[in-house]
Amino acid sequence: MILETAAERRELMDRSRTVAMVGASPNPTRPSYFVFSYLRTRGKFEVTPINPATAEIDGVKSYPSLAAYAAEHGAPDIVDVFRKADDAPQVAREAIAAGAKAIWFQYGVINDEAIRLADDAGLAVVVDRCIKVESARFDGGLSLSGMNTGVLTAKRRVR
Amino acid sequence: MSDRAFGFRTRALHAGTPPDPETGARALPLHLSTAFVFDSTEHAAELFALRTYGNIYTRIGNPTVAAFEEKLASLEGGIGGLATASGLSAQLIAILTVAEAGDHLVASANLYGGTITQFSVTLRRMGIEATFVPGGDVDAIRAAIRPNTRAVFTETIGNPNGGVADIAAIADVAHASGVPLIVDNTFATPYLCRPIEHGADVVIHSATKFIGGHGTVLGGAIVESGRFPWGAGRHPLLSTPSPGYHGMNFAETFGEYAFLMRARAELLRDVGAAISPMNAWLLVQGLETLALRMPAHVANAQKVAEFLHGRDEVAWVSYAGLPDSEERERAARYLPLGAGAVFTFGLRGGRDAGRAFIEALQLWSHLANVGDAKSLVIHPASTTHQQLSDDELVAAGIGADTVRLSVGLEDVDDLVWDLERGLAAAAKVAAVRA
Repeated sequence: MILETAAERRELMDRSRTVAMVGASPNPTRPSYFVFSYLRTRGKFEVTPINPATAEIDGVKSYPSLAAYAAEHGAPDIVDVFRKADDAPQVAREAIAAGAKAIWFQYGVINDEAIRLADDAGLAVVVDRCIKVESARFDGGLSLSGMNTGVLTAKRRVR
Repeated sequence: MSDRAFGFRTRALHAGTPPDPETGARALPLHLSTAFVFDSTEHAAELFALRTYGNIYTRIGNPTVAAFEEKLASLEGGIGGLATASGLSAQLIAILTVAEAGDHLVASANLYGGTITQFSVTLRRMGIEATFVPGGDVDAIRAAIRPNTRAVFTETIGNPNGGVADIAAIADVAHASGVPLIVDNTFATPYLCRPIEHGADVVIHSATKFIGGHGTVLGGAIVESGRFPWGAGRHPLLSTPSPGYHGMNFAETFGEYAFLMRARAELLRDVGAAISPMNAWLLVQGLETLALRMPAHVANAQKVAEFLHGRDEVAWVSYAGLPDSEERERAARYLPLGAGAVFTFGLRGGRDAGRAFIEALQLWSHLANVGDAKSLVIHPASTTHQQLSDDELVAAGIGADTVRLSVGLEDVDDLVWDLERGLAAAAKVAAVRA
């Protein structure tokens, strides 16, 4: 199922705990590091880098593949994809094989074949969105940057 | 949470201003604090590197200011907002986010005089050149776009002559060249026109005017659509590593938020034109009632324009809401709820008649502002536009006889009564001259 709305993305994040981040980089200027660092320090998700080129990022062990991650931790709730769009179908196949419940293609990772593979296999699919931004949309972070979250409520947010 | 698309009035009251999570306060708290404590050294490092969201220092962001930014962005239909000390600083920051020395802008010639001098004097000294296109002519805009053009700029309703921009056509021409359209929407406000819905990419406001609505505080704002492809290569300031932020590529890192993130993290930080949280708080109060005030402004403006249109002492009235206005078709398309509340007219008898007219008025305040709840009047050629050369005045559609009105919320019969007194005084002068 392709998640088109903010409410659907929020439900996915609310029911998810583990995030396997394919292509997470230890380079502090890379977008993937921004997202990894944000998710790790917020503590909302248990985030793990999937990157054969690095042993760890900020003390968190990195796995060379989704299969290696799944062998130790079981199926991830979300596979978050920071790879070239051309590489996305292969990542989708590996995510399906690892039993992932959802696959999240970050900004610019748009590949029709990868979307179809994951959707057909029953994964929840998010395309061309950032999991950091969508997380911050509902925890007040995005609002602090003056961004339009679309969240209207007269209820006090649980801190 | 639901995905309901809430209406304008609902968003004016609720967007950006949920109950305060700390205290439960229902009204927006006024956070008059220059700086904010960090949770830990790691938190501080994450904040400074822009890897997490939060408050550091009010020059860069403040929770009260952010509430104003989000509310305005919601009303304009943008992805987010950035508030500044004034409309001119909003404009400067928007342009410096996309352009640097050696770059070029294309702008309508029918702009606020302060904008024309910001472009033709200050930005030119900084190495950014602007080409002004008379009348917002779409073919002329297309012809003026160069390989180094980084933005096209117009006003929804031109100040002061009231021309209505063909936003969709200008956006198409700009986009065909990979260039964004920046629209100053001050005179229309998001209640009368939302330029992003017509294809604009960046919206600028002097919030000092109708958004504040009471003539009390200065403020400016930028709203961005989130749709423009900043990473496509036409804007290297956004799509190449930035020395202002240790090599960060804003388009790659922030995607659809690239423009607003660079505007805040580099330009608002370095220009220093921060809005006071107090001002942002007052502007939020203004936005809450915008949808109630604007119809009243527009209704009064329409009646005043019709009154002037029927008077012998008046040579012409430039209000897009009049049946014989050349702007009527564009006003019907872009301003269906009314053509705004600021317009110009010409007095017979020229400059001396204009002086007599203004001096005879009792209720209309003679000052250099628009968008107050109170009615305002000015003679642009001797005030707001006096820095312009004769050629620039002609290009901007301003004559020596031009008087600008900003129609307020008084009883319209009283406004007309006062104008009649002014016209009588002007007629005396005109008769002596004749």
